[in-house]
Amino acid sequence: MRALVIRRLLYMVPTLFAISLVAFLVIQLPPGNYLATYIAELSARGASVERAQILALEERYGLNEPLHVQYLRWIGGILLNGDFGMSFAYQRPVADLIWDRIGLTVALALATMLVSWVIAFPIGVYSAVRQHSVGDYAATFVGFLGLATPNFMLALVFVWVSYRFFGESAGGIVSPEFADSAWNLGRVLDVVSNLWAPVLIIGAAGTAVLIRVLRANLLDELRKPYVTAARAKGLPEWRVILKYPVRMAISPFISTIGWILPTLVGGEVMVSIVLSLDTTGPLLLEALQSQDMYLAGSFILVLGALTLVGTLLSDLLLAWWDPRIRHAQTEEASA
Amino acid sequence: MSTQPDDVLLEVKGLRTHFTTDTGEVRAVNGADLTLRRGRTLCVVGESGCGKSVTARSILQLVERPGRVVGGQVLLHRRGPGGAAETVDLAALGPRDRRIRQVRGRDIAMVFQEPMASLSLVHRVGNQIGEAIRVHNRVSRAEARRRSVELLGRVGIPAPERIVDAYPFQLSGGMRQRVMIAMALSCEPELLIADEPTTALDVTTQAQILDLLADLQDSRGMAMLFITHDMGVVAEIADDVAVMYLGSVVEQGAVDGVFHAPRHPYTRALLESVPRMGAPRRERLPAIRGSVPDPAHQPSGCVFRDRCDHAMPGRCDTTVPPPVSLADGRRVRCLLYGGDAPAGHADPADPAHQFRPDPAGASARRADEEAADAD
Ligand SMILES: Nc1ncnc2c1ncn2[C@@H]1O[C@H](COP(=O)(O)OP(=O)(O)OP(=O)(O)O)[C@@H](O)[C@H]1O
Ligand SMILES: [Mg+2]
Repeated sequence: MRALVIRRLLYMVPTLFAISLVAFLVIQLPPGNYLATYIAELSARGASVERAQILALEERYGLNEPLHVQYLRWIGGILLNGDFGMSFAYQRPVADLIWDRIGLTVALALATMLVSWVIAFPIGVYSAVRQHSVGDYAATFVGFLGLATPNFMLALVFVWVSYRFFGESAGGIVSPEFADSAWNLGRVLDVVSNLWAPVLIIGAAGTAVLIRVLRANLLDELRKPYVTAARAKGLPEWRVILKYPVRMAISPFISTIGWILPTLVGGEVMVSIVLSLDTTGPLLLEALQSQDMYLAGSFILVLGALTLVGTLLSDLLLAWWDPRIRHAQTEEASA
Repeated sequence: MSTQPDDVLLEVKGLRTHFTTDTGEVRAVNGADLTLRRGRTLCVVGESGCGKSVTARSILQLVERPGRVVGGQVLLHRRGPGGAAETVDLAALGPRDRRIRQVRGRDIAMVFQEPMASLSLVHRVGNQIGEAIRVHNRVSRAEARRRSVELLGRVGIPAPERIVDAYPFQLSGGMRQRVMIAMALSCEPELLIADEPTTALDVTTQAQILDLLADLQDSRGMAMLFITHDMGVVAEIADDVAVMYLGSVVEQGAVDGVFHAPRHPYTRALLESVPRMGAPRRERLPAIRGSVPDPAHQPSGCVFRDRCDHAMPGRCDTTVPPPVSLADGRRVRCLLYGGDAPAGHADPADPAHQFRPDPAGASARRADEEAADAD
């Protein structure tokens, strides 16, 4: 098992390198660069831009150098000093801008995942064990609603409801009165109380998927002979079900660890905009539009690295959960 | 049978198990009767789909939806606490009843057809056996483990201290079936139900498992209900044999009697269709005429009458043959031996003479073949 972990950690190095390269290149792909966009904006406003000024700016941002030099300087700074470069648009170090947002995004991802597990597990098990019951049909119906409704719609509905009926403008993770305070218990509680709505809204579709998958898997497993064999030992029904078929049916829950972060980053942009959450989505979108390359590149790199960690965690947990996977992999490793 | 002989362990009387499906009510078990005696092996034979497995599962209330036991009795005569005899009707208990759970694994244990699929692949062998022990006995984990190792040794598993920590996917089919057997024996049941326990195994392993079961049954004085297709197996291990057709037991009796002098026309046909060792290769085996009717649309009267050479119009299609007890404990469901009103001329003491259509040589030939087969 330890050999497996070490092997997987080593594999991460080239993958991370590839991600950084792709992150950097993708930002260069559209024609022009930040400066071109910036100048175009200035001239559109009627300001004249002098050539000498442009050259000076290019010099300052290192934009006149060849691509590989730019890349090496950027990645070197990250590896040696933890320096992610400057954001053109904000005129501040990228590191100052991204960590809060990434922290919030990861927190949101973890909370969303835990909440979907807690909701999906009992409902999925119930639906399968009591297949065709009223509760099963109700869960299926609500599940399809959750799947079919885009989550920004849910967010809009939520904002409208809380404004119309509670007179509050919903949104934001940190309430205004805590905006400038340091982290303390009050602020944590405040964040938690503001987080539940986004968590439910963002998690709705994922939870519905988990319920469907768990129900379908469990229905398959419940029909298998080992379940009857376990009953034949004289075990109580709930123990039969939780120990054997549920154990087999629940692997998809573990897999969510691997895909929750990328789905969240991709999927929550609209929700975050609607609910004015300071997550990565809106800022990343802005950075990509204005070709603020170090900001966008660093976001992609860090999120990519975190996704890799998530995948690694879910693979290791799966191997721990299912001895068949573990044995297949350790055999492969020793071969 | 008004008074129960002391050695009767389990009586199945008129058991009916139905499956409710979209196309109708499937009467998978439709009035089955079986008598199991302590320390003896009863083999249940019959064509595929005749309800052997469902009968076995019904005994322990293990039939899955949409099936359920709808009628009949399953009387377990056990020695209650303090040694006093007590009788429980298992068919009257619900599938989730605590009382049926206490019978499962403790009084009656079961071994299934597919050792590959009947064990959980992701729990260690010791965990699964230990669990079976701990459901019915208050013992520590360490003690359960010690007993598991001992049981594994008893069922002929080499290096049981190692195997106890293995996962079933690391074992061969024969080993898994041994693990299943160890698990079934863990609470020293009075009855072991084995549903085609060797069908999924190769021939050599089949023979080993069969020997093991016969051995264990003998040394523990345990009763065994053994389901099989294989008449060779029946000849080898059975004391009694029950022949099932379309959800009911058409004939039950001591194995020698049934094999040498089958009474029910279906039993005769079934025995004739079994290939014999030493018979000329090219000789065609007589097949039973027609095919098994769909259990959802059963004919009236005797369910075998459409395929029976001795069907009596006006009797067999109107009366469902009740079980008729003959001499030496044989029980037959066939109107040739009486059972419809008026009981009339049937002579239960010696019904064989009524079976005119049977050519005189046939029983003799069958007897010879039986002897050859038993070798
Ligand atoms: N889940 C089910 N739904 C509907 N009908 C069923 C179901 N399970 C069994 N049956 C019916 O019960 C009948 C008896 O099945 P059973 O498994 O007892 O046969 P069997 O005698 O054990 O056959 P085999 O020798 O092939 O194991 C089948 O013919 C089938 O019609
Ligand atoms: Mg069967």
